[in-house]
Amino acid sequence: MSGIWVVLEERGGRMNRISWEAVAAAQQLGSQTGLAVSAILPGLKTEALAAEAASKPLAKVVRIEHSLLASYAADGFTIALQQFFEKEQPEYVILPHTYQVRDYAPALAARMGQTLIGDVVAIGQGPIFTRQLMQGRLSGEYRHTGGGTCFVSVQSGAFRADAASSGTGVVESFTPVIEEAKIRTKPGEPFRGSAQTVDLGSAQLIVGVGRGIKDQDKLPLVQDLAAALGAELAASRPICDNGWLPIERQVGSSGQTVSPKLYLAVGISGAIQHLVGMKGSQCVVAINKDPEAPIFEVADYGIVGDLFEVVPALTEAVKVAKQ
Amino acid sequence: MKIIVAIKQVPERDAQVRIDSAGKWIDETDVQWALNESDAYALEEALQLKEKNGGEVVVISAGPERVGSTIREALAKGADRAIHVASDDLGQRDALGVARLLAAAVKPESPDLVLTGLQSDDLGYGQTGVILAELLGLPHASLILHVEKTDAGIAVKRELEEGWFQNIELPMPAVLTIQSGGTRLRYATLMGIKRAKTKEFKRISAAELGVDAKANVALEHIALPQKQKTTQILPGSAKEAAAALVEKLKFEVRVL
Repeated sequence: MSGIWVVLEERGGRMNRISWEAVAAAQQLGSQTGLAVSAILPGLKTEALAAEAASKPLAKVVRIEHSLLASYAADGFTIALQQFFEKEQPEYVILPHTYQVRDYAPALAARMGQTLIGDVVAIGQGPIFTRQLMQGRLSGEYRHTGGGTCFVSVQSGAFRADAASSGTGVVESFTPVIEEAKIRTKPGEPFRGSAQTVDLGSAQLIVGVGRGIKDQDKLPLVQDLAAALGAELAASRPICDNGWLPIERQVGSSGQTVSPKLYLAVGISGAIQHLVGMKGSQCVVAINKDPEAPIFEVADYGIVGDLFEVVPALTEAVKVAKQ
Repeated sequence: MKIIVAIKQVPERDAQVRIDSAGKWIDETDVQWALNESDAYALEEALQLKEKNGGEVVVISAGPERVGSTIREALAKGADRAIHVASDDLGQRDALGVARLLAAAVKPESPDLVLTGLQSDDLGYGQTGVILAELLGLPHASLILHVEKTDAGIAVKRELEEGWFQNIELPMPAVLTIQSGGTRLRYATLMGIKRAKTKEFKRISAAELGVDAKANVALEHIALPQKQKTTQILPGSAKEAAAALVEKLKFEVRVL
């Protein structure tokens, strides 16, 4: 067995920053278990990124290098990582919970007879891995009960990446054997959706609306509130899925990430996919009829009540205050 | 084109959840059940593919007796037949264990496509479809918003993070996990509900499939999440609470 291995993720020639959060999670697990932490970086021509990684507190960094890893395909990554981990037999493999990892890590773990513990938000003594259940309404504590390698992916923002650098500088490389015919999918180049005309990222005040609004005809309620506040209007995914607001107003993992002075969440329950897009807001206010809604876990101020009564009252009060 | 859609029954979105006395799962008494949201989109995508290209849509779901109501809902929306993998111990199975059950039931069907939602609204593993592909030895793509049949197989539109997308080509057979929002969901018609009653509904048990409940990972305990912030709840009537909030926005958050 060879300790803890972190899988670093390259994106567009740079290190995806959540990779450093995975390193931080691995460090925490390392100090609990006394195991050494190393990292792998799958890709092609990753010398510079590997050198950057080797300045982090890692025993070593191994470049998993192959021309068929130059762009991501699930088959190539699964084959390459399985070969490396079969050789190393790690106790733990820690991955960042990105869309890419979600696409191959469950298959990689299964190919090694294992089950990924995905989207972990905390690691406790045991080790016990905590992840969210029921859209964030509950949390569950998981333990790896079988033998062999334990695969874990960590949620974005759950572990604080350490700025301090104290690396060993050791970089090695590993060349997996990948036959081109084994890569069954043909991935195209990533492209942007519709032209972005709304930049929520720089907005200072945002009113976010969610499923609680129930009906497209009720949207003027929140539009009036946003207008009174001088705020941009944003939405959680279901509102854009329904076509009630354009997708460029969507906040969350598949939409924009915002960090305004004020984020006023109206009828948003607070599923993690939404929270990751707005939890960097300086002040969060939540209006929701359900006192158990997970949005209240990140809210500074909350009003538990019927938004159809609270929002018009708030719009009036804001107008009066601004006179 | 023969399409299998794996669907899951989950607690209704607004259901109040209470932790059971053992602290291992929710108390299921009085829980209302519903079709998992992204699975509803997977079913819709399958029905549209069948309407364009012909073929058959088969729904499959694992779980106890109660999942029958969700399966019948899928039949009423237009699926041609159903397979219920009867299992009362899903809670003890991890993501690999549930995928092994489904794979054993799907394999003899030799489908051209297997679709499922990308993630369940209750456990949220987001793994079943990807593992299913691995166990069936099929290529896969995840987080898919749109599927088009081509001469060589299928072309799909995949969602990436932060407003990016990617087109991917796959041969068939293949497994896809479907993201919510790619299309509009249909409702079951009265005629559909009537016809659902006459459609084939096969029940098969985990034991008959020869799949044990061995797991690598155990959910040992559930709890209410720890709060990240102290929330100050503003009480009173709508008007009182709104007035209190305006005070806070003006004097503490200083945005008015």
